[in-house]
Amino acid sequence: MNRMNLPFDPYNVIITGVGGQGNVMASRIVGNMLSRKGLSVTIGETFGASQRGGSVMSHLRISTGSSWSPQIPNGKCHLIISLEPTEAMRVLATYGNPNVKVLCNTRPIHAIGVISGDQQYPDLDEITAWVAELSEAFWFLDATEKAMELGNPILGNIMMIGAAAGIGVLPLDRKDFEAALAENLSADKLELNLKAYDLGVGMVQ
Amino acid sequence: MSSILRGEAGTRHLLMGNEAIARGALEAGVCVAAGYPGTPSSEIIETLAGVSAQQNVYVEWSVNEKVAMEVAAAGSFAGLRSLCVMKQNGVNVGSDFLLHLAITGTRGGMVLVACDDPGALSSANEGESRHFARMLEIPLLEPADFQEAKDMIKWAFELSEEIKNVVMVRSVTRLSHASGNVIFGKLPEIEKKAFFHHEGSIMDPLQGPMSSLPVVYKHEQQQEKLKQAVARYEESAFNAYSGPRSPELLLVTGSACYLYSKEAVSLLGVEDRVGLLKLGTTWPLPPKLLEKYLGLTDKILVVEEVIPFLEENIKISAAEFAARVGPKTFFGKREGYIPQVGEMNSDRVVSALSKILSLEYEAVPESYSQRALELSNSGAPGRDLTFCAGCPHRASFWTIHNTLQMDGRQGFVCGDIGCYSLAMLPTGFNTLKTLHAMGSGIGLASGFGKLAQFGMEQPVVAVVGDSTFFHAALPALINAIHHQSDITLVVLDNSGTAMTGFQSHPGLGVDATGNQAPAIDVVKVCQAMGATVRVSDPFEPEKTQQTLFELFEIQGLKVLVLKQMCALSPEKKGKKMFEVSVDETVCIGQTCGCNQLCTRIFKCPGLNWDKEKQVSKIDEFICVGCGMCASICPSGAIRKKEVA
Repeated sequence: MNRMNLPFDPYNVIITGVGGQGNVMASRIVGNMLSRKGLSVTIGETFGASQRGGSVMSHLRISTGSSWSPQIPNGKCHLIISLEPTEAMRVLATYGNPNVKVLCNTRPIHAIGVISGDQQYPDLDEITAWVAELSEAFWFLDATEKAMELGNPILGNIMMIGAAAGIGVLPLDRKDFEAALAENLSADKLELNLKAYDLGVGMVQ
Repeated sequence: MSSILRGEAGTRHLLMGNEAIARGALEAGVCVAAGYPGTPSSEIIETLAGVSAQQNVYVEWSVNEKVAMEVAAAGSFAGLRSLCVMKQNGVNVGSDFLLHLAITGTRGGMVLVACDDPGALSSANEGESRHFARMLEIPLLEPADFQEAKDMIKWAFELSEEIKNVVMVRSVTRLSHASGNVIFGKLPEIEKKAFFHHEGSIMDPLQGPMSSLPVVYKHEQQQEKLKQAVARYEESAFNAYSGPRSPELLLVTGSACYLYSKEAVSLLGVEDRVGLLKLGTTWPLPPKLLEKYLGLTDKILVVEEVIPFLEENIKISAAEFAARVGPKTFFGKREGYIPQVGEMNSDRVVSALSKILSLEYEAVPESYSQRALELSNSGAPGRDLTFCAGCPHRASFWTIHNTLQMDGRQGFVCGDIGCYSLAMLPTGFNTLKTLHAMGSGIGLASGFGKLAQFGMEQPVVAVVGDSTFFHAALPALINAIHHQSDITLVVLDNSGTAMTGFQSHPGLGVDATGNQAPAIDVVKVCQAMGATVRVSDPFEPEKTQQTLFELFEIQGLKVLVLKQMCALSPEKKGKKMFEVSVDETVCIGQTCGCNQLCTRIFKCPGLNWDKEKQVSKIDEFICVGCGMCASICPSGAIRKKEVA
């Protein structure tokens, strides 16, 4: 088994988004990739009706040791992968710290309070400035827009995974991505996903 | 082939807790598995259903949890290993049978898996199933991580077979729905032969009829079985101590709380001050083991969720051993160190430990956390729960709500458990006014509908989903018809157990394993019982409203079946019925008398308000093309075109 050096042990990642965006699947892929490296991975998540339209988080604990608790303690997140801009803010409030890194998809999903006009959705520039203030490093990526060019917005999540690999903090590599996906995808879909992954890597380099 | 079969013994896999439980059952050679869907338990039966053919396991989604227990018990009585699975509420439903089963005993190993939901992450309660183990006098096990979830299930079957009684295993959301690494054991090759012996005496547990009679005799036998279980518990590797020989504080815990406790001790760096006793066999507690560790120190902290089950039982033991281990000071729920509501996490344990050990703990500099909270509060608009885009429930409640408003007699709707519970919230126009157990909407309505003699004139409506209709609504419906209760039942038929992930139910033409099955027709069932029945499509609001008004005029019990498939169902997902668009020349925005009806009131996530142009617009990514918004736009600005 190929043991890795992690910048922190456990290394804590939160993948966040809105119910239905696909962050459960994204966390499975990332978890599977790291588990293939021989690392111990614990993923905590919630799903069900209580997530319809609500904020959804997956907590990943990556360790060379054993299972960690399925919930990251307050203030102890090392990397936030946010599939939606304001969700990054929500996660920072509870799990952020001055050394956290943030990867954020720029495509907003409006809550019904915003659709109805009861609440305002902030400008992306504002959110970027806040995230900059609260993090050590951050990347805002137009993943959904790029994914639409490939024909499916859901591929934006794959680009975010590629970007997470691209920033080089975790032993995520393309071979493991391919192997993790090959279990469940047909060859043509796999190719499209690999393309999205590569685009994601490119976005942060 | 499913990944839970693919792995050879000794290989390591990343599994969801529920998958680990399913794998454990397969490694134990389970033959019969039955359950009713309920978060966080559903994936156990789903996983087993996926491999039922290869492994020769009979798997079913039973009509409700009581029947699931009975189906599983039949397997056990016939000598097979059998599993039944449910969420915490389900144990209440099944408990009537379980009470009798626990006295009767079992033959082939039988394991009941109950998945509790501390914090009610996806439930309308955070009830505990553990108390049933004590109340009904059966052994209880609680796995603390993913590997244990698998191994403990296998051991539970062995224990059940040894003591000839059902064994309960309690999981929680943070284990069932979390994932972690699991090393596989061997899948057995066993001959599975079912035969029910009933020819012996009623006193013969292996050859006689299965019954709790004679009760006092069998009850005594049952308690002997518990003693046998305790003897095994004393030696069990699922109970483990880590920490110093003479700790300042003994922390006793189990389940997912073990992981939180371990992390809290590490966050505070108090490994040399705190001893950690993890208990996997939580009822009845093994006295010798407990006495040994209670003797280590006089300060005890118990960490568990939700109410003090372990804590109370440990206190009883401490009282029993007091002469030998001396008096103890407890820091637990009763003493206010650990909350008695909500789920646990490492921070809550850190807070208890800090208080007891007089430590300071700051996760991040306060200036940072304050600023982050301030920015998040002002910058991240809250996300109220909402029906999905294109959800038939939004359409159904739109019409039910409007009809009751127009009727003007302050009618109301009684509901129960399903995605449609969200109709208590603005997404369902706050239409639901009562929300309790499965089937309780129609039961309450049955009662409300008899209050005319006390001057009640409000129209009474009940809603029930199609799966819930079969699970628990039928007895209440029969009651309402028999007593001529004057109510309208709306069956929100979205063709599946949608909330928990489209499991099959008796109204569908397939079973859990995907085989064809005879479907039971809701309309015919209601008609046969004597109800006046109408059917409508919730995406036709005018027709639906007219039908509702007609039904309100008829005395007695009326049923309206609103039939439209869930927007997320595999059959429908990704297929638009309509291309929906907004004609910007017709939408006159705020000058229209509708006052943004579509985005302000109807609030489908597929709609947006274009602030610059002052018109409504369709979000192409989110809209699923149900066309309902086109039906409600008073100016006809929202257009729908059938997708060829």
